[in-house]
Amino acid sequence: MIETEAVRGGTIEIEVNGEKRHVDGMTVLEYLYTLAIDTGRVAVELNLEILSKTEFATTWLSDGDRVEIVHFVGGGQGVSGS
Amino acid sequence: MTASTDKLIIAGREFSSRLMVGTGKYADTQQMKRAVVASGAEIVTVAVRRVNISDRTNGSFLDAIDTGRYTLLPNTAGCYTAEEAIRTCRLAKEAGLSDFVKLEVLGDEQTLFPNVEELLKAARVLVKEGFTVLPYTTDDPIVCKKLEDLGCAAVMPLGAPIGSGLGIINQYNIRIILDTVKVPVIVDAGVGTASDAAIAMELGCAGVLMNTAIAGAKDPVAMAEAMNLAVRAGRLAYLAGRIPRKLHATASSPLEGLI
Repeated sequence: MIETEAVRGGTIEIEVNGEKRHVDGMTVLEYLYTLAIDTGRVAVELNLEILSKTEFATTWLSDGDRVEIVHFVGGGQGVSGS
Repeated sequence: MTASTDKLIIAGREFSSRLMVGTGKYADTQQMKRAVVASGAEIVTVAVRRVNISDRTNGSFLDAIDTGRYTLLPNTAGCYTAEEAIRTCRLAKEAGLSDFVKLEVLGDEQTLFPNVEELLKAARVLVKEGFTVLPYTTDDPIVCKKLEDLGCAAVMPLGAPIGSGLGIINQYNIRIILDTVKVPVIVDAGVGTASDAAIAMELGCAGVLMNTAIAGAKDPVAMAEAMNLAVRAGRLAYLAGRIPRKLHATASSPLEGLI
């Protein structure tokens, strides 16, 4: 059996914006810091539930969590390049 | 009423400019910024997308836009169901500063026409949740009335398909919509050049929203200025009250003193 990082102590596997990531157990706020994300400018969805900004610091990531981190980008009408 | 006292009011918020612009499809951020400034717009649309977590070198879009000066209008572009659109709006509210949303639920990729059934479904939920909903819709007076009845803050009928640049292909429908609803009517999509924007305003529309007509022009910054002027000119002409169309000539020089 291949040992994955996920089963080693302290490390969890989460899916962030559709990508599998192995991270240490930490809060959402700490994780955003590791990605150098300005928390004031994003919205975070954890397992399809939107977190309020005050919940970032109190919400711990768990193994198997699905995280979406979104922000604003330039856009008008419809989707171009799709 | 003069041009300086004439304001666009959406859900109790006042705007001096009646032109709203998208921020997509520009060559680069600098060009987008210059075009937005030239347009005189106070409301700019933005899309909600995943943060690139692998490559963090691109700065935030919000670094380029002064959110104190511009009202961001997040859109749900790319959503094909009410569920997707509602989810996007909720995320936009959390990421943003206001509850304004441009609700767009598309029918298919070919026409980018609205899926009216899903649009109405999403509008109903979002209005109940306290969003200020500005729905992109077909130029159908009945649908516009339904959207108004649901509590949408404005209606945004298309002039022509998104990005087509065909102008307002059914001015009569826009006029019927203006006659049917009390909320601001904002033409969204289809504008190709300045005269199209002027026509929308001359018909009595409260505003015009565009992206491709500016971003896709050879000189987007110059086109943004042209649209700025066209919207203002069209609005002023509407307020001034045009002469009726007549089949025969009417002279404008006096008969008296003719040699």
